[in-house]
Amino acid sequence: MKEKKKISFVFFIFTLLFFYLPLLVLVIYSFNEGKTMKWTGFSFHWYEELFTRSKELWNAFENSIIIALLSSLASTVIGTLGAIGIYWYRFRHKKLIQTVSYLPLMLPDIIIGISLLIFFAGIGLNLSLTTIFIAHTTFNIPYVLFILIARLQEFDYSVIEASYDLGAKEKDTLLKIILPIIKPGIIAGFLMAMTLSLDDFVITFFVSGPGSSTLPLHIFSMIRFGVSPVINALAVILIAATAFLALLSKNMQKYIYQS
Amino acid sequence: MKKNYGTIYSLPLSVWLAFFFIGPTLIIFLYSFLKKSPFGGVERSFSLDAFAFLFNPTVLQIAWMTLYISIAVAVITLFLALPTAYFMAKSRYKDSLLLFIIIPFWVNFLIRIYAWIAILGNNGFINNFLIQTGLVSDNFQFLYNPYAVVLITVYTYLPYAILPLYSTIEKFDFGLLEASKDLGATHFQGLKKIFIPGIKSGIYTAFLFTFIPALGSYAVPQLVGGTSSMMLGNVIAREIIITRNFPLASAISLILSLLTIIGILVFMKKNENEKKAVK
Repeated sequence: MKEKKKISFVFFIFTLLFFYLPLLVLVIYSFNEGKTMKWTGFSFHWYEELFTRSKELWNAFENSIIIALLSSLASTVIGTLGAIGIYWYRFRHKKLIQTVSYLPLMLPDIIIGISLLIFFAGIGLNLSLTTIFIAHTTFNIPYVLFILIARLQEFDYSVIEASYDLGAKEKDTLLKIILPIIKPGIIAGFLMAMTLSLDDFVITFFVSGPGSSTLPLHIFSMIRFGVSPVINALAVILIAATAFLALLSKNMQKYIYQS
Repeated sequence: MKKNYGTIYSLPLSVWLAFFFIGPTLIIFLYSFLKKSPFGGVERSFSLDAFAFLFNPTVLQIAWMTLYISIAVAVITLFLALPTAYFMAKSRYKDSLLLFIIIPFWVNFLIRIYAWIAILGNNGFINNFLIQTGLVSDNFQFLYNPYAVVLITVYTYLPYAILPLYSTIEKFDFGLLEASKDLGATHFQGLKKIFIPGIKSGIYTAFLFTFIPALGSYAVPQLVGGTSSMMLGNVIAREIIITRNFPLASAISLILSLLTIIGILVFMKKNENEKKAVK
């Protein structure tokens, strides 16, 4: 047992190094004076460039935030109501709806991206922020549904029966009983959707039109031209923000990874 | 409980998915049997051209490369993830270790790919280092081959494998291993006959969570793969964006979707049988 622990420890350390060393290199070189990956001296030059002379990047960032907020809101509303319906009620085609809802979770991103692209082209909808919003809402719904159904499983149904017995209408039961109890799940679902939306590249790539760039799309176009110290600086800001949010939402993990 | 509320609650869900998921999926299915129009759209006549083109040697070769890369990714990921998850599950500081694994997972996907370009690229960190120390005189090309695609895909998907393995190992009853030892089994026998079968569902999940997204890879081979490591995702994108051959892109997508769905069904069936066997 002792020996096995030692081997697994070596693997664990290796995995951590594998994860963090590349990111560390980015952090160090974001303070490099020169334009290449050759160290020439310490400087904040690229941060200055990022914050003062990267207008397009910040436009893309703004788009990303707008899309993330709107699509998370839409998918949280649709997913939460859907989860309540699917988990508590019996109705026709329930099993079918549930199975179909999980499918987008399993299909490769590129397939969702190009099927939406062909669909939008077919119905004559121009590619814009609207089509990105539709795509993001579509791929976020299954995640919200998944988290909310997990949350509902911990929920005692007799509370709802009590509410009906005491004469509450369906609307009151939903607003005053169900939603307050599953609130942590709703928040977890919303944050999960935000994260996925902000991170998505492949699906967005296919459904975005001219002038509707998001941050990942902008990063992609920068990367294609090779190493850019501005991306190093941006990476550091994003890594710091990620670590900060991760620490902040540590108690959310329960709903996301153990469900 | 009134009977109609279920339909009402799930109405937005059904409508949204019908429009934006089932609709597009059906269109792909339909388009793959249509004829390509010379102007980039489709003509309304039945044709199997797109499927015939799938047997073109170049396409077959790319399909083979896609499979090869995806299997390599899934196997290497599993090899790294299993001991890592084991260590985490047995550690006293589980929660903090879990956070350490999740943080890089939340860093933007493209930034994670970019980090490797900055390190291994022709003007990257390692090449600069090698030239400065005089070990080599010219840039060495680390990227733009299948190995780079495998390495960087493993990097981006590793947490997908660690998380499900971690949660199954955490639930595994290690008393069973000790019991097997008391009954005279060697350490290796215990691992092979008790531990690995006990965490089988985690292993399947981890394999699937890496293999399936790898099959549909687009960004990694596009950015760090060369012409020799093109994958089906790149062909689909090329047919859509450049050649505008919608039927062919649809046909490849259809095949890829079917493979994915069959893979998942086999997995679910296996998992179910496993559960029955335990009972």
